[in-house]
Amino acid sequence: MTAVEPAPGAEKWVGQALRRKEDPRMITGRGRYVDDQVVPGMLYMAVVRSPEAHAKITSIDTSAAAGLPGVHGVFTAADLDLASPLPMAWVPPGVEIKTPEHWPLAKDEVKYVGQGVAVVVGEDKYAVVDAAEQVIVDYDPLPVVVDPEKALEDGANLVHPEFGTNQVHEWTIGGGDMDAAWAESEVIVERRIVNHRTAGAPIEPRVCIADYRGDQLTLHLTSQNPHLIRLFMAGELEMSEDRIRVIAPDVGGGFGVKISHFPEELLAAWISRKVGRAVKWTETRTEHMSSTIHGRDQIDYVKVGAKRDGTIVGLDCTAICDFGAYFTLLTPFIPSFTGFVISGCYKIPNLNFTARGVFTNKMATDATRGAGRPEATHLIEMMIEQLAHELGMDSLEVRRKNFIPKEDFPAEVAIGIVYDSGDYHGSLDKLLTHVDLDAFRREQEELRAKGVYRGIGFSTWMEICGLAPSRAVGPAGVGLQAGFYESSTVRVHASGSATVYSGTAPHGQGLDTAFAQIVADQLGITPDMVDVMHGDTGTGPFGLGTYGSRSLAVGGESIARSTGKLVDKAKQIAAHNLEAAPEDIELVDGKFSVKGSPDKGLTLAEVAGAAYVTMDMPDGMEPGLEASTFYDPENFVFPFGAHACITEVDVETGKVDIVRYVAVDDCGPAINPKLIDGQIHGGITHGVGQALYERIHYDDDGQLVTGTFVDYALPSAADVPSYETDRTETPSPVNSLGVKGVGEAGTIAATPAIVNSVIDALRPLGVDFLNMPLSPQHVWSQIELAQGRGAPGDPGKQGGSWGEHGSGSAGSGPTSPSEGGAL
Amino acid sequence: MIPAEFDYVRPGSVDEALAALREGGEDAKLLAGGHSLLPLMKLRLAAPTLLVDLGGVPGLSGIERANGGWRIGAMTRHVAMERETALGLASKVAGTIADPQVRHRGTIGGSLAHGDPASDQLAILLAYEGSVVVRGGSGEREIAAAELFQDYLTTAVGDDEVLTEVRLPALDGYGFGYHKFNRRQEDWAMVAVGALVKKAADGTCEDVRIGLTHMSSVPLRATAVEQALRGQPLDANSIAAAAEQAAEGTEPPADLNASADYKRHLARVLTKRALADAAA
Amino acid sequence: MATPVRVTMTVNGEQRTSEVEPRLLLVHYLRDHLGLTGTHVGCDTSNCGACTVHLNGDAVKSCTVLAAQADGAEVKTIEGLASNGTLHPVQEGFWEHHGLQCGYCTPGMIMAGADLLAKNPDPSEEEVREALAGNLCRCTGYHNIVKAVMSAAKAEVRA
Repeated sequence: MTAVEPAPGAEKWVGQALRRKEDPRMITGRGRYVDDQVVPGMLYMAVVRSPEAHAKITSIDTSAAAGLPGVHGVFTAADLDLASPLPMAWVPPGVEIKTPEHWPLAKDEVKYVGQGVAVVVGEDKYAVVDAAEQVIVDYDPLPVVVDPEKALEDGANLVHPEFGTNQVHEWTIGGGDMDAAWAESEVIVERRIVNHRTAGAPIEPRVCIADYRGDQLTLHLTSQNPHLIRLFMAGELEMSEDRIRVIAPDVGGGFGVKISHFPEELLAAWISRKVGRAVKWTETRTEHMSSTIHGRDQIDYVKVGAKRDGTIVGLDCTAICDFGAYFTLLTPFIPSFTGFVISGCYKIPNLNFTARGVFTNKMATDATRGAGRPEATHLIEMMIEQLAHELGMDSLEVRRKNFIPKEDFPAEVAIGIVYDSGDYHGSLDKLLTHVDLDAFRREQEELRAKGVYRGIGFSTWMEICGLAPSRAVGPAGVGLQAGFYESSTVRVHASGSATVYSGTAPHGQGLDTAFAQIVADQLGITPDMVDVMHGDTGTGPFGLGTYGSRSLAVGGESIARSTGKLVDKAKQIAAHNLEAAPEDIELVDGKFSVKGSPDKGLTLAEVAGAAYVTMDMPDGMEPGLEASTFYDPENFVFPFGAHACITEVDVETGKVDIVRYVAVDDCGPAINPKLIDGQIHGGITHGVGQALYERIHYDDDGQLVTGTFVDYALPSAADVPSYETDRTETPSPVNSLGVKGVGEAGTIAATPAIVNSVIDALRPLGVDFLNMPLSPQHVWSQIELAQGRGAPGDPGKQGGSWGEHGSGSAGSGPTSPSEGGAL
Repeated sequence: MIPAEFDYVRPGSVDEALAALREGGEDAKLLAGGHSLLPLMKLRLAAPTLLVDLGGVPGLSGIERANGGWRIGAMTRHVAMERETALGLASKVAGTIADPQVRHRGTIGGSLAHGDPASDQLAILLAYEGSVVVRGGSGEREIAAAELFQDYLTTAVGDDEVLTEVRLPALDGYGFGYHKFNRRQEDWAMVAVGALVKKAADGTCEDVRIGLTHMSSVPLRATAVEQALRGQPLDANSIAAAAEQAAEGTEPPADLNASADYKRHLARVLTKRALADAAA
Repeated sequence: MATPVRVTMTVNGEQRTSEVEPRLLLVHYLRDHLGLTGTHVGCDTSNCGACTVHLNGDAVKSCTVLAAQADGAEVKTIEGLASNGTLHPVQEGFWEHHGLQCGYCTPGMIMAGADLLAKNPDPSEEEVREALAGNLCRCTGYHNIVKAVMSAAKAEVRA
């Protein structure tokens, strides 16, 4: 398998669509995922889970299981002696959050289906599953709370009676004066927009191997976040952090669900220490659906006010956020992200976003791809098209009228956040070079005459990402109890190749390749000569991990800065060697040479040789060629773009087909266009999944109905189209690379483009609003309703989209820009 | 997820299989392609104590045309039927089952004996008015399709019998259509309709057979539609009028994705479309 | 305890014989007994296809086949697809066209794609998509996977 080659004539590696360094092992079955690994003598763990949504545990009889051959232990909450419960990392200044203690096994009561009650460890992977079936748990059922809105009503059953309410918190961010906005508005549109519960569903489930030997714990873990997991485990297990090593090897996708700290890795580690053997746990898909975090699950009451000419005066959203029964790492914080981008791409003088968190008898929600921002784009871009229809205007005209103009950047929006850079008109204009809207409208008319219903929908989106900076996200900002920077160490070896250690934890993004391209350019070597290490607390500095589209904008910039420090040192060494001044040294064609004399110079290998062999170094200079950086940026980064979707609806059955999907996105200058396209394709498909197929559903008894991939419908290749992608490149002023994140972009953008297109298709039939997911039955039933043919049974009740306009009692009133933390 | 423990035998003949079934008692199960049974066992919704694998029995697979009909061995994989396009409707239907990997393993006999009303070929067997051959301790008998499906996951094949062969009349000269409605390509049918139509010389409908999948706890024939259409012209209007009766006598099981009403509606729409294809 | 069964099969050209539990799934036999960990498990219900291998020349989901059922069979896994250090065209296609991100579904996807091309050397895009309907990917959105298989088809046609 050959080395990567630069495109002929190309001077730089950055910007090239190189194929990935990661791939040769993965396409030949030589990847190294946690479940592939075997530790000598390891035991297997199986978890006994609650079949009840809410019940008192009256007894647990472990004797039969414990007596089976090969079983080394059965443990319940009563056996655990942990120093602290699982963490939730958000303490927002001035906002009370009712936080239940979350222990890895249920104590006394279970509060959702799938909650761990006991664990069995034994020698045989199959036999521990049999043994787990022999653990007899008696339950005394308690009243169940499933619907988050009913949960907030007086007299509702309580998930945690000690709080006296099911409301977790109320958090607000806003700016301007909402009363004035409504008074000024000539048109007001209100909608109840349901952003239903979904699953991140990486194809690799969660897996861990905890190996406690001597006084050292090694934890192999499917994690996006190994350094923080180590920190948490040190506290829970009362171990010194240096005695714990967490390794995330190849990780089979994350989509947010592998950020959090879950019960099973803590149990495996505790048991490994207890029984003196390594312990492996491999999640089944069925366990994944019930007991790994879910995402979204907001009911958004949205109100938008505008002038007749389309100028938006105010937007208010109150989100009812179903958090489930317990919190994982970031549960109650996620809707705040909806608030951070509640202005969208638009200049809206008066804004308010309020999140009301609710406990229900379900699994926790937390970050899944986009985390709060897909919800924001969905509600804003749905409302733009609803408003345009109300005004009788073209929705693109409404968008253009309200876009923050290019020349306003950096632009502070009414809630006090400063967008770094943008060109929203530019991306929409470019989109329309690919989509001939007039031609589509003509075609649409012709097809309708034949009974074929096609529609077009748009989403002009933006987001906030590159998670950092500490001052905004950390304790002094919105209140996450961590810093948000990223670390790197770059080491040039004596022979002139390099190893990069990153605090990020990539799991499919292709960052080994992208990072190597950046470093190769800076050092004048090839990407093949740059090895990238990450995901191991035993190597490299403390880092914050990979999520929130942060790894390039924060982690990549950190690497660029470390490499820059090396280049400075290399220049000094070269200058010393060439008897020139360091400021006269430049890197040309892989050589550090004196300006104007390119033929006389030192390669990186020669410089590194000098640095390590130290025969001839400048006076007082330390040997070696290695540098580290903890980079904490000044601001987030704000990618954006414009998407269009054309769908065709089979109006007899309600089935939606995507005919075309066109995406123009801007994440700053491309490091590797191949990787960007890949992220966009996958992101869009995640959005297609939510819009058309996927939904986590609990029935009225709190039973999970969608507990396998039979019922939780990830789309396959046969269910989605190929996509058309293009880019604009507007650099961010925040980092030297000018880059912005792209991992979540497609998902953040996609759902409203799809739903708007279906509404556009169905307007002639009287359908003017829809909530997701657009399952065939749901679409069909909405057509039937709009046609006055009654409301046939829709067992997959979706929060009722039709006929609920204006039922929102969205909050209003003046809000202060400073509420919700200093951004 | 893994199955509970069981014993496993792989007999070399049908007689050996029958003997193993008898010996294994009521918790013994036959294993054909395994694509209905093994998923249930992995979820521990089924836990037989003995599996009798028919994979080693020679002569149970293959498709041959004989005496104006088709004889299809019970262990014939879906993919083999998909490739035998001369089968017409049954071949088209085989090609829509789940995904290629499933079609490479799943068998026609296993599918019919399992009796899941969401499976594709059950209603098709009804529409063909085909039959299955089973062997038991007292010899061989033929069960007509109309007698085969008794209830949800319950067929007339005895626990001590082996389904060995599927028989379909050739129905030469019949047009056919199959419309299957599911959310994703690999999913079970929410509803599916298979239609076989024979046109008379004057273009009217000489014969029509329609099978309905997942419209009850067993596969069904849309007899009201058939009666309404027989002898009638095969134009769009008369097809549409007849198809309106597709849900008569059905009791579709509701689930998360489809209410009973919606399924009845789908049955009408899909019947119209399948008939249009069959009459084209 | 169930009576163990003796299985012999040819895996990637090498004959392997073992005593196994009757309930042992082929995927676990490959991974845990033979150390061929390139074949993955992503679901419990035969949906995701991460476990796809070739059994007697046909793509199958090895999570829904008992090791005992594969007695006497030829099995090819992702580890056996490249020959003498030369990647299979589908492997090349996945690398060239960025057909993988996290790599977890990749072995199953490649085995399904290779199975398609063995039987239909010049498929349309629709045929490729339908042939992959039993394999789920969460990263790529399938766009580049389809491209990878299509490009491999062309390579095979040329060859």
